[in-house]
Amino acid sequence: MRLTGITKRFAGLVANDDISFALGQGEIVALLGENGAGKTTLMNILFGHYVADAGYVEAFGKILPPGDPKAALDAGIGMVHQHFTLADNLTVLDNIVLGTRRLFSPRLDRASARKKIAAIASDFGLAVDPGRPVGTLAVGERQRVEIVKALYRDARVLILDEPTAVLTPGEAAALFSTLRAMAARGLSVIFISHKLNEVMAASDRVVVLRGGRVVGERRTAETSREDLAHLMVGREVPPPRLGEAMRGGARLRLDGVTTDDSHGTPLDHVSLELRSGEITGVAGVSGNGQGSLAALLSGLIAPVSGTLSLGDAPVRRWSPRAALGAGIGRIPEDRHTVGAIGDMSVAENAVLERLRDRRFSRAGFLRADAIRDHAAGLIEGYQVKCPSPEARIRLLSGGNMQKLILGRALDGDPSVILASQPTRGLDVGAVAYVQQQLLAARARGAAILLISEDLDEIFALSDRICVMFRGRMSEPFDRASKTPAAIGAMMAGQGFETEQAA
Amino acid sequence: MMEAFEIFLSASFWVAAIRIASPLIFATMGELVCERAGVLNLGIEGIMVSGAFAGWLAVYLGADLWTGVAVAALTGMAFGLLHAALTVPLGLSQHVVGIGITLLATSLTYFTYRIVLPEVTSPPKIAAFQPLKIPVLSDIPVIGPALFNQTPLTYLAFATVAIVAWVLARTPLGLAIRAAGENPSAVEAQGISVTGIRVGAVMAGSGLMAVGGAFLTMSAFDSFFFEMVNGRGWICIALVVFGSWRPGKALVGAILFAAFDAYQIRLQQIAGDVVPYQVFLMMPYLLSIAALVLVARRATYPRALMIPYRKGER
Repeated sequence: MRLTGITKRFAGLVANDDISFALGQGEIVALLGENGAGKTTLMNILFGHYVADAGYVEAFGKILPPGDPKAALDAGIGMVHQHFTLADNLTVLDNIVLGTRRLFSPRLDRASARKKIAAIASDFGLAVDPGRPVGTLAVGERQRVEIVKALYRDARVLILDEPTAVLTPGEAAALFSTLRAMAARGLSVIFISHKLNEVMAASDRVVVLRGGRVVGERRTAETSREDLAHLMVGREVPPPRLGEAMRGGARLRLDGVTTDDSHGTPLDHVSLELRSGEITGVAGVSGNGQGSLAALLSGLIAPVSGTLSLGDAPVRRWSPRAALGAGIGRIPEDRHTVGAIGDMSVAENAVLERLRDRRFSRAGFLRADAIRDHAAGLIEGYQVKCPSPEARIRLLSGGNMQKLILGRALDGDPSVILASQPTRGLDVGAVAYVQQQLLAARARGAAILLISEDLDEIFALSDRICVMFRGRMSEPFDRASKTPAAIGAMMAGQGFETEQAA
Repeated sequence: MMEAFEIFLSASFWVAAIRIASPLIFATMGELVCERAGVLNLGIEGIMVSGAFAGWLAVYLGADLWTGVAVAALTGMAFGLLHAALTVPLGLSQHVVGIGITLLATSLTYFTYRIVLPEVTSPPKIAAFQPLKIPVLSDIPVIGPALFNQTPLTYLAFATVAIVAWVLARTPLGLAIRAAGENPSAVEAQGISVTGIRVGAVMAGSGLMAVGGAFLTMSAFDSFFFEMVNGRGWICIALVVFGSWRPGKALVGAILFAAFDAYQIRLQQIAGDVVPYQVFLMMPYLLSIAALVLVARRATYPRALMIPYRKGER
């Protein structure tokens, strides 16, 4: 398969600029680039969802008609989208069969489909249960269904868009071994990613995109992470540097706090102290109580038992407004559903938390100018790339949305900052920026709680580290005192058994 | 009190219940097909009015009865095409378009009635469908006459349920319709046109709604008069929810509602002098609200219902 001179413009923005590359049989090519580099646009052109303004796609010697997913499918190109294209109300089998039979034929012939699916499943080690409704499957299983769906149509080229974004590390490893098996059988694979380590681990060749252009092409065996990072970002990315801690007094304390289970695994007698000028990292496999911890600090839930103290005073009434009033800056885990309202403007989102503030409203009326100016300040101060404060926030890329939320949380120098998965899904440049800002807030004396599933991040940023397991929290320890392997073992429950027995 | 109960044992009660259910069954199946594909069709009330009139008029002007049914279906499909053109490729609000179609179809029907029949004061009659007795089966006590001594259109209504259920569950087309109502990008990604599926479903569904309307003028009665659809379309929308978007359950709901309706008519005759008749008129509606509350709370509705699909947008 070969792409030649693909160019695509969106309203003044060049998303793809004269992109050409080829894919050989049995090859795994990684398409590496930051968010907004044009990777997904390129794949959508390849698959026929978009029509390119110039250039063409060639598959097995034939030029594909533009803008026709069916032609791409028929040419043997299968695509696994980042947002799965599965219907939850149908079974696995029905999802796979959808579109493979003549629409007006009177029957489906599920029996023969079942046989073919079983053959694919055993050939490639892709275990799927054809009878189950897709709605009941976990994310990793859904992705397997997507891959089987492509193979069922005899795809010879498989395109995966950010395939590991939603997977656990274990699932990702399984996915890559599947891809290897497919390549060994002569299938070609393109996967899109912005994660250097998986690109290094899984690909034969890397094509790096930046700003809509191909900026480099390397054989994976002949390159390094640093080289690729440099190509992708276009400049050196310095690792975050943790300055000397200037520890102050306790800003927020939990004493034996237990919560209800409205936000996932409840907290179980958790004690924790957040001190000024210090970042406390919470490691743990997701779903072990981090959601409840974040909800507690945001004011969404109150302790069922135990006390939450701000400074020295125990808190009686606890609500989101109380949390804000107490100077807790909140970076929520899910920026799309909790952090921002997609169809409202950047400016409106920037002041949502502070609408009652006299800066932004008087006598029940919003002060449009003040809001606009404030948003413009955040946009400039936090390098948010957006057309204007009036733009709907859902049009912003993940990194830019997160920068705005970061700006909103850090506005007015909060004394406590809750950063829940602050860099999840962001590209290298945005990750570095968010991390720098958190370190800067630490230097200003904020007490920061960092919840992350990314151990590297926990180690890079935290002064002290705690591990959560099934709603319980380990004693904090100095980050230098334990290895990542030791923490990994704690995340799996080591060290928590004795307490359970007691 | 015994009298009120004995109604349930009489064959004539069940005959009436099935007769009342028939137009609801057609229109409910029509709405169900639309909604399964992801389009809420609030044009149903008006489309039923238009079908009732178009079918009747064709017969009045000399066509035979089945041609009349076909004319009704085609009229419904035309309004369905208009609805679909506005809601599917253009992605307009399905609420607004649906209500607009109901108003348009209703007024256009009344207008046409006045144009075609300017002089009449009492509505003219046609020779409507007559009950077709199915030998042997119709001799079974109570359910025999109720199910097997009805007009051909009633049999068609039951056949429609079977066909809709079969198509949705067991054909490639049915898969595509159900997927289009749940996650249209799944349909697109498999190389099928979401627009094509949705427009087709709305047209087919609207055709069924119109036949439901035509049942009123060509089988239940033999003439057309204003206000005769009288909210049945809205009931069908509730029946789809009641049936959790499943043809079989929706059929049960339609018969249940019709039985309430038939029952209240008979109850009026027994107790009409004690209790105002309006109370009885209300009864089927109150009971259907109660039934909805009980049944539909856990219903899983088509996830993409009322969400226009735009290619390439996430």
